[in-house]
Amino acid sequence: MSAIALTSASLFGLCGAALVGIGLFCILTHPDLLRRIIGFNILGAGIFLVFGAVARRGAAMGLSGDPVPQAMVITGIVVAFAATALAIALLRRLASLTGSATLEAATPPRSET
Amino acid sequence: MTSAYAATPGGLLLVLAVMLPAAAVLAMLVLGPRRTRVVALATLALGLVVALAIGLELVRSGTALIYVLGNWQPPLGIALRADGLSVMMLAVTAVVMAATGLFARDLFGLDLATADGRLGTSFWTLLMGLWSGLNLVFVSQDLFNLYVALELLTFAAVPLVCLDGRGETMAAALRYLMFALLGSMLYLLGAGLLYGAYGTLDIRLIASASQHGPAMAIALALMIPGLLAKAALFPLHLWLPPAHAGAPAAASAVLSALVIKAPVFLILRLVADIAPPGSAAVAGQVLAVLGAASILFCSIMALRQERLKLMIAYSTVAQIGYLFIVFPLAGVGDGTAPWGTIAWTGGALQLTSHALAKAAMFMAAGIVAEAVGHDRIRDLGGFGRAPPLPPPTFGWAGLSLMGIPPSGGFIAKCLLLTAAAIGGHLWLALTILAGGLLAGGYVFPVMDRALATPAEPLLLRKPIPLRLELVPLVLAVLAVALGFLPLAPFGLLQIGRPDIALAVSP
Repeated sequence: MSAIALTSASLFGLCGAALVGIGLFCILTHPDLLRRIIGFNILGAGIFLVFGAVARRGAAMGLSGDPVPQAMVITGIVVAFAATALAIALLRRLASLTGSATLEAATPPRSET
Repeated sequence: MTSAYAATPGGLLLVLAVMLPAAAVLAMLVLGPRRTRVVALATLALGLVVALAIGLELVRSGTALIYVLGNWQPPLGIALRADGLSVMMLAVTAVVMAATGLFARDLFGLDLATADGRLGTSFWTLLMGLWSGLNLVFVSQDLFNLYVALELLTFAAVPLVCLDGRGETMAAALRYLMFALLGSMLYLLGAGLLYGAYGTLDIRLIASASQHGPAMAIALALMIPGLLAKAALFPLHLWLPPAHAGAPAAASAVLSALVIKAPVFLILRLVADIAPPGSAAVAGQVLAVLGAASILFCSIMALRQERLKLMIAYSTVAQIGYLFIVFPLAGVGDGTAPWGTIAWTGGALQLTSHALAKAAMFMAAGIVAEAVGHDRIRDLGGFGRAPPLPPPTFGWAGLSLMGIPPSGGFIAKCLLLTAAAIGGHLWLALTILAGGLLAGGYVFPVMDRALATPAEPLLLRKPIPLRLELVPLVLAVLAVALGFLPLAPFGLLQIGRPDIALAVSP
């Protein structure tokens, strides 16, 4: 029983790590801001999956999961939603002001160059 | 595991410090835009009283203030705890916030269009949200609670950057948001790993665990860079200059003086309180190298700026660097208690004096930009004649940044330099000296412009009320006056630190 539980937790943990990797790649390599925002959401999903794996591993006797990480995931989802909404609102405003959805074209030549 | 927390009599004050600004935001929503300013100013006055009461209670009782939320003890519940360092941060925050409030009231009053318009309403709401988040970062003991506080801070700070709604500041705000979000994601992942390894998120319970596995090292390696992105330490500082320079003067003042100090404070907690000695020593060395690079590189960048506000923003990144070279100087990770050392006191003084001086400088620059209509340093010749107080404000604040006696910045840098000399860290000592010289290099040309006689007198766009000019001057004088009480924070900072501090410090 415990071996099965361990395996599924490890599987979720590994999936979470993979999603974190994909999200980071997306954020760091794409200049397009909308893609970056999606990347943040993938990264967030990966982190929440890791939290889920942590909850399963820390399950007390007779419970299917530790409720504390689950509570944190719910809070985390709300925060991530708010962050996405703020980013999208700013991006829409930027696009309507400058007609561009990337930072590279929108900023004037940076003063440090 | 015995319960680590017992609520102290003044503990409820900590809840008040966090909830008062949050309640103000709600009150603003209920009472409508016309009354936001009144609500904000009343809250600022009340918050100042609360911060003062917390300080008095701390000094009176001589121990940390603790409040356990809902009486649920950690590891499950959340504890609020304010030791000497937290209380110092709460007090500095309250002072700068109150000054910003007075400044913003007159600044937004200059234009009838913005007097009670959307700009002012948004500013006051965001300022209160910011304050609530800052106070929570300084008192919370729970790593997830701290994550929420950091996000609250980000969500309040990012819109402050783009209050004027130009495309340029919108891009700066988005860049800031990208860095800040990446930072909080990494922090959250680290917090999750720590929970998996220790079964609690409480800072003191994790610190008191008898042995630390690889999870601790990985978590720290995620959380510290995440927080560095928010603190804008070199090389993650790229977002800061456009963001802080583009914001309205009152917003720049709080962003530069306070907001970036919150992640710095958390890094201090992580490295000095949680990390096991071995990891702490490694982390301290890496942070010191980045801090030194920050001081040198961004001071040189500040020298090369043509716009006053951009120069001040680069100077912020440089001055933040001093806070990170504290780690090896205070001997973090070599088994002694870092908070008993002179470098620790120096770091705390640097933090305080920079907060006051930088807020003053941004406000002074804001007044100049408001009066003259631009902030190109080259064309500011003779700006000392028109609104009379910004140049002395700039000069007094500059004294503290350069580290010229008798300012607070001088005492701070002198303590750090002494610690570097005693500890044999020659490269850090040289960095501190070079940083001071470079700061002189970017402050003096501005003073030179202020005193210059221009070929044609500067045209003033609008008259500036004297009250507006007085606020930054008072802050700058406070930054210098800190130099006259060098030993007062020394005892205060030790309150509430673990007992070994008493055994180690002479």
